[in-house]
Amino acid sequence: MTEHTPALIVLVPLVSALLLPILALVSKVLARGWTLVALLGTHAGSVSTLIYVLANGRWHYYLGGWAPPWGIEYVLDPLGAGMATLVSFLALLVAFYSGPYLKDAAPLKTGSFYALFLLVTAGLLGMVVTGDVFNLFVFLEISALATYGLVAMGGHRATVAAFRYLIVGTIGATFYLLGIGYLYAVTGTLNMADLAERIMPLLNSQAVVVAVALILAGFGIKMALFPLHGWLPDTYAYAPAPVTTFISAVMGKVAIYVLYRVFYFILGGTGPVLPALTVLGWAGAVGILAGSLMAIAQRDFWRMLAYSSIAQMGYIAVGLSLGNMMGITGALLHILNHAVVKGGLFMVAGGVFWRTGIRDIPSFIQMSRRMPMSMAVFVAAALSMIGIPPTVGFFSKWYLVLASIEASAWPFVIVIVVSSLLNAVYFFRIIENSYLRFRTAEEDEVAVGGTELPATMLVPMVVLGVAVFMLGVLSGEVVTNIISFALPWGTQ
Amino acid sequence: MKPPFGSIILDAAFRLMIPFILLFAVYVLVHGHYSPGGGFQAGVLFAVSVILVRLVHGRDAAWGVSRKGAVILACLGTFIFGGIGLLTVIFGGNVLDYGALPLGPHEAEVRAMGTLGIEIGVTIAVMGVILTIFYAMIGKED
Repeated sequence: MTEHTPALIVLVPLVSALLLPILALVSKVLARGWTLVALLGTHAGSVSTLIYVLANGRWHYYLGGWAPPWGIEYVLDPLGAGMATLVSFLALLVAFYSGPYLKDAAPLKTGSFYALFLLVTAGLLGMVVTGDVFNLFVFLEISALATYGLVAMGGHRATVAAFRYLIVGTIGATFYLLGIGYLYAVTGTLNMADLAERIMPLLNSQAVVVAVALILAGFGIKMALFPLHGWLPDTYAYAPAPVTTFISAVMGKVAIYVLYRVFYFILGGTGPVLPALTVLGWAGAVGILAGSLMAIAQRDFWRMLAYSSIAQMGYIAVGLSLGNMMGITGALLHILNHAVVKGGLFMVAGGVFWRTGIRDIPSFIQMSRRMPMSMAVFVAAALSMIGIPPTVGFFSKWYLVLASIEASAWPFVIVIVVSSLLNAVYFFRIIENSYLRFRTAEEDEVAVGGTELPATMLVPMVVLGVAVFMLGVLSGEVVTNIISFALPWGTQ
Repeated sequence: MKPPFGSIILDAAFRLMIPFILLFAVYVLVHGHYSPGGGFQAGVLFAVSVILVRLVHGRDAAWGVSRKGAVILACLGTFIFGGIGLLTVIFGGNVLDYGALPLGPHEAEVRAMGTLGIEIGVTIAVMGVILTIFYAMIGKED
């Protein structure tokens, strides 16, 4: 069976998702157990592929036995397998975390929640393992459609947010489809490796220029690149906490992974990609500042984190746009950093809201007394977000600053440094409220009680909190052993 | 939908139509490899026949698929698709490599059978999804 692992890491969550509504009608515990087992298996598969790929180079898997470029192939390289590991790891943690959320839900709702969740996971995993640009679109739609359903489960206002996300997200996916349509028109192939070969002499044709612009616009929407981020704050603020955690942690990352894959691996990072990268970099830089400033202006903790996500996606965009080795390393490390950190932050935000119903920042007074562990995780994640050593956030920002200096992109250096200060401002507000401020007499009457979260919610949080420091200390190993193989020049 | 808009003409007409719609759906499904058609179209036709009964006879239609049944059908159909895909792995092929199924000596024939199995899954799934959309639109929780 091991030779089928590339296909199984996508198929196991996909097939499990279809079983879950039926399993949930039998027993909710069974449905939850099956979800966890399936995701555990998926994660084990992803890790083993990553290890295999790092040792032996690329792994091609032909679906249906049809050889490419006619058939669809799954290609695992260190980049794809690394992303698959990240996605499946966070999926496992979030599935574990979502238990208490669904305790009182009806069986059909529990079943459909887990089913949609597994479909998102399967879609995202499919996007990172596929070697076919159209197959990527199919998986993009699987994950996106399931996400709309999950977001809408957050209740009344979430339905509106989900509908808006649906319209905007579909436009994004359509742009991507149009883009690959143009690529197919000029090359006659959809296989990524074949496309990369055939596109080289055609790079400066008008059709390829249009295709690059469309793909940038499409995935710019999907990753919430600055002027295209309008759907994000409402979606993140009203979706159920486990959903927000998962989509904020990995969905945007997979979108930017696709941009990276298309721009650097298929189009070779030259020709019409260069102006597209310039646009990406400046949009990212403006997004860093705008997102951070908007985050400072928020009273609602969730919305603050949502705007902070827009800023963090900007860092990754800046790193990719620089195009030098440092920049891309920094961008990839920041993908890892932000996935872990934002996952942890939204888990804390969701946990606090679930236990106490508190969302607005001024009400966080003395939260450290009521939920010491959760707030400790919050502080760890906030340190990484600001970029204080030895957290992983420091190292990714360090790479990005060095890369900007190397490319003589001084505006980016200033933006990154200034935004770290802005990050400190908005995260310190919460730290101040929860640790340093004491209640006045009248506030004492409002907020009372509240205890630590149940272990099922606490364990994934603490894992992410510890991971922030672990990845920081081991960032050198992560870069030399995994990320350096995921660079466009480092692949075999 | 409170009063079903049934009348003698409608009642007699749809009784005549349903068997032909069902038969045509099977034809579209089976003949999908060679002519326009296939799982999606057949699924729509199956769903249409159920919806037609429901429209003419309203809630007391004796024959139909419940809302819950529609969801289960949708899952089941997709599961057949995935199940056949995984079955090929068990018989030693790659995922969705129908040639590996032990259905006969001729590979082309086996592949056609495998495709038919997939199409049946697609049909059931499409039928379930369309009925689910129909029930969502008429807003009935039954």
